[in-house]
Amino acid sequence: MNWLDICALDEINPLGSRVVAAPGGDIAIFRTASDEVFALDDRCPHKGGPLSQGLVFGNTVACPLHNWQIDLASGAALAPDVGCAHRHLTRIEGGRVQLALNSKEECSPS
Amino acid sequence: MQKLKLVMVGNGMAGVRTLEELLKLTPDLYDITVFGAEPHPNYNRILLSPVLAGEQTFEEIVLNDLDWYAQNGIELKLGRKVVDIDRRNRVVIADDGSRAEYDRLLLATGSNPFILPVPGHKLDGVIGYRDIADTRMMMETAKVHRHAVVIGGGLLGLEAANGLKQRGMDVTVVHLGGWLLERQLDETAGRLLQTALEGRGIAFRLGGVTEELMDNGDGRVCAVRLKDGEVLAADLVVMAAGIRPNTELAEKAGIPCNRGILVSDTLQTFDPRVYAVGECANHRGTAYGLVAPLFEQAKVCANHLAQFGIGIYKGSVTSTKLKVTGIDLFSAGDFLGGEGTETITLSDPIGGVYKKLVIKNEVLVGACLYGDTADGGWYFRQVREGANISEIRDHLMFGENAIGDVGHQGQNSTANMPDDMEVCGCNGVCKGTIVKAIQENGLFSVDDIKKHTKAASSCGSCTGLVEQILISTVGGAADVKPKSEKAICGCSDLNHGQVRKAIRDNHLTSISEAMQAMQWRTPNGCATCRPALNYYLISTWPGEAKDDPQSRFINERAHANIQKDGTYSVVPRILGGVTNAAELRRIADVADKYQVPMVKITGGQRIDLLGIRKEDLPKVWKDLDMPSGHAYGKSIRTVKTCVGQEFCRFGTQNSTQMGIDLERALSFMWSPHKVKLAVSGCPRNCAESGIKDVGIIGVDSGWELYIGGNGGIKTEAGEFFVKVKTAEEVMEYSLAFIELYRQEAFYLERTVHYMHRVGLEHIKKAVLHDEARRKELHRNLVFALSLQSDPWKQQIEQPALNRQYQRIDVRPLESV
Ligand SMILES: Cc1cc2nc3c(=O)[nH]c(=O)nc-3n(C[C@H](O)[C@H](O)[C@H](O)COP(=O)(O)OP(=O)(O)OC[C@H]3O[C@@H](n4cnc5c(N)ncnc54)[C@H](O)[C@@H]3O)c2cc1C
Ligand code: HEM
Ligand code: SF4
Ligand code: FES
Repeated sequence: MNWLDICALDEINPLGSRVVAAPGGDIAIFRTASDEVFALDDRCPHKGGPLSQGLVFGNTVACPLHNWQIDLASGAALAPDVGCAHRHLTRIEGGRVQLALNSKEECSPS
Repeated sequence: MQKLKLVMVGNGMAGVRTLEELLKLTPDLYDITVFGAEPHPNYNRILLSPVLAGEQTFEEIVLNDLDWYAQNGIELKLGRKVVDIDRRNRVVIADDGSRAEYDRLLLATGSNPFILPVPGHKLDGVIGYRDIADTRMMMETAKVHRHAVVIGGGLLGLEAANGLKQRGMDVTVVHLGGWLLERQLDETAGRLLQTALEGRGIAFRLGGVTEELMDNGDGRVCAVRLKDGEVLAADLVVMAAGIRPNTELAEKAGIPCNRGILVSDTLQTFDPRVYAVGECANHRGTAYGLVAPLFEQAKVCANHLAQFGIGIYKGSVTSTKLKVTGIDLFSAGDFLGGEGTETITLSDPIGGVYKKLVIKNEVLVGACLYGDTADGGWYFRQVREGANISEIRDHLMFGENAIGDVGHQGQNSTANMPDDMEVCGCNGVCKGTIVKAIQENGLFSVDDIKKHTKAASSCGSCTGLVEQILISTVGGAADVKPKSEKAICGCSDLNHGQVRKAIRDNHLTSISEAMQAMQWRTPNGCATCRPALNYYLISTWPGEAKDDPQSRFINERAHANIQKDGTYSVVPRILGGVTNAAELRRIADVADKYQVPMVKITGGQRIDLLGIRKEDLPKVWKDLDMPSGHAYGKSIRTVKTCVGQEFCRFGTQNSTQMGIDLERALSFMWSPHKVKLAVSGCPRNCAESGIKDVGIIGVDSGWELYIGGNGGIKTEAGEFFVKVKTAEEVMEYSLAFIELYRQEAFYLERTVHYMHRVGLEHIKKAVLHDEARRKELHRNLVFALSLQSDPWKQQIEQPALNRQYQRIDVRPLESV
């Protein structure tokens, strides 16, 4: 597995996010209140809104454009909406956030 | 920890709703056991009428299927009637001998139809109308018999009569009263209804007194004999002459009852371990027979069972609606009127429309509508809120939509809308979709509809229409609460007013502290409550509460307006719309340098640079070297001005300078919703001061101030507020009003809605009649604003804020 170094955990605000410019398109990295870190393609399954710009609560982000709620861990939209954002793997090593790109087709955004 | 044991007797609508509310609050506090005498999971009893009329099926009206009970770990004992409560040993005993111990017991036994004790009432073919078994029996009878008599011309009786007629029976309604639905309608409306139902082939005997039900010799009813001697053929008699709270079990257990199980404001009986909700309960002398109040009881009861103890039930105002397809009637509150009340009526007997509004002390206390019920929900809200209607009295009769409403092709009534017509223009949701969601999922509130269909979840302008659809689908069961009573969101049971008060009373200054003090159910709230809490904190405790950017919507976090492609727009402050060559030159240079796709003059008299990439924002701001115009926030927007005295030949005052001074004074101000001002130099009003939150119009002898205007979804003309002489007074009065609004309004409540909620008089009292208060409000706002500075500068200068604009490039690590 190819891990990429992203930034120090401190460089993401709690309940905040950052954007990673990856070769295949932007990836949003989120940090929750309990310091878990998640990564999703920065494209909302609805109309492509930048999820990185949404409001984070619990393990959910609300898309800034039309307020779809996306589960950070799975990338799936919460009911009643249907769709999912492609997710990537993350881990924290020595206070640094690392990312592994996931090319598997896990979901087909509608 | 050992779980407590909760036993519920009665598996009906009020009881199960209580469990749902309880599970939302504390999913793990109790082991729950439910006894239900009926062999069915909880179903929507009010939809038995459409089932009888052949419009829906039994399967469609189930609210909680067996899976629901299983998923929530509830032990369900169906078809078992509880016959005894041993309160000393805290055990209930069912008719099959099974027992269950309890720490808390919830009685939700509903009510029984009242069967008139006339001779023959025990014959076959004589039934009440209460449950699935009764409905089935009616449907079966209709297949083989011809004559039906319904005793009682109330809601239930008429719905039964209509259903039986639809199934092909000859139906006569025997009604004691002088007109139909005398508890819901006045005589005029009652007669209109009767004519309409007669047109459908239902016969009536008003003032009819039933003396005897006659035996066909085989133990089955064959006729009804009235007191005046008339004999009506009857193979089926439906008793719909009222209901009696089902208190048999409670009485047997020695729990005090008096036309219902007596309960306190926390829905506890005299035995504090035993609660009662629903039709079986008598709260402050009333046993309700409609769903909406029962759901309010459920909420409070659940809150208490969850050991939160902040809910109190104070009784409900109810509204009713007859569920007979094609007949529209609606009534709420005290619609008969009496001493000390005035009534406004509109009567069009030919067109079949009748409306009556009852007003007492400038407050709408009741409404009775026939033929056109589109505004029922709106009137009901006015009745419940008890809002002062003197200002809208002139158009009260014409309903909520008497003033323009855009975005729905001018539609303001759902009654005649076809199913495929779009209701929610933002999310493309049609009427049929909403009706289907309501029926299939058993929805009772607009919030539920929002969650299931997305309708009304964006701009909200169709909320009124959605509410109407809800009311016409589920009738009086619709939960149409005003925002002032609704919980702020699913994370808490407190409403906006209670949250504001708690923040002030307990001197709460951070979101985490506030959530803890108010026992938020979620660890860090949601996208609805966090922005509201953040606003309440910073507006209540300026300088003390710390603004939390993470709890703001993206526009207020990035200090620019997000566009649909993820780029942003930049609107620099241009005070009063007055600029100069140097500023314009810098704007032009920025447009060139960053290849801005569109440069537009806004309606707020300034310039919008659209299509800027987020990472360019700080550079753009720096190059512009102008402060933020706050075109993106729940905040001050612009002060629009006209040319005014200096140049204009009509001008009486220097409107441009006044506007510049106001806009400078209000710069960087946060507010519950956006705040727009305008200053015109004379009554020609070129700056459109009449549709602004604060509109100012110069006149020869001074300035007139208007408040609560709005050009939005619904155009609202501002109310005349005060006339003052000097520019200093304009400043003081305007700022004082705005500060009052900042302190008292709910988050996302525009000035017009705030004004309608609290009343213009309340605002006048604080700002006009009390000089000390006005000066204090003015001082408070000046102080709060003295702590604010240009956010663009802060974003450029502070690294912690600046970070969000920087994208991170990836650096490979060695493989591991
Ligand atoms: C045909 C019809 C149409 C209606 N239309 C409307 C309407 O349009 N709008 C509106 O607001 N309301 C309407 N209502 C009234 C509404 O349905 C009731 O107000 C509501 O269902 C009452 O809820 P509840 O939980 O108190 O009682 P119920 O829903 O009656 O539940 C009580 C349950 O307890 C069970 N039970 C009783 N005793 C025992 C025991 N000892 N052991 C075990 N189980 C027991 C009963 O079998 C029953 O299932 C209508 C009612 C009917 C019948
Ligand atoms: C509720 C419905 C409305 C919404 C959602 C809305 C939304 C917006 C948005 C997003 C912008 C910023 C555009 C940008 O810079 O990217 C804007 C600007 C503006 N809107 Fe609206 N608007 C609404 C109603 C109105 C109404 C009714 C008026 C006037 C009567 C109005 C007048 C303006 C003006 C003048 C601007 C320019 C911004 C400025 O100069 O401050 N808006 N609006
Ligand atoms: S409002 Fe009056 S003063 Fe202002 S520009 Fe129009 S006409 Fe002139
Ligand atoms: S693009 Fe995300 S909700 Fe519409």
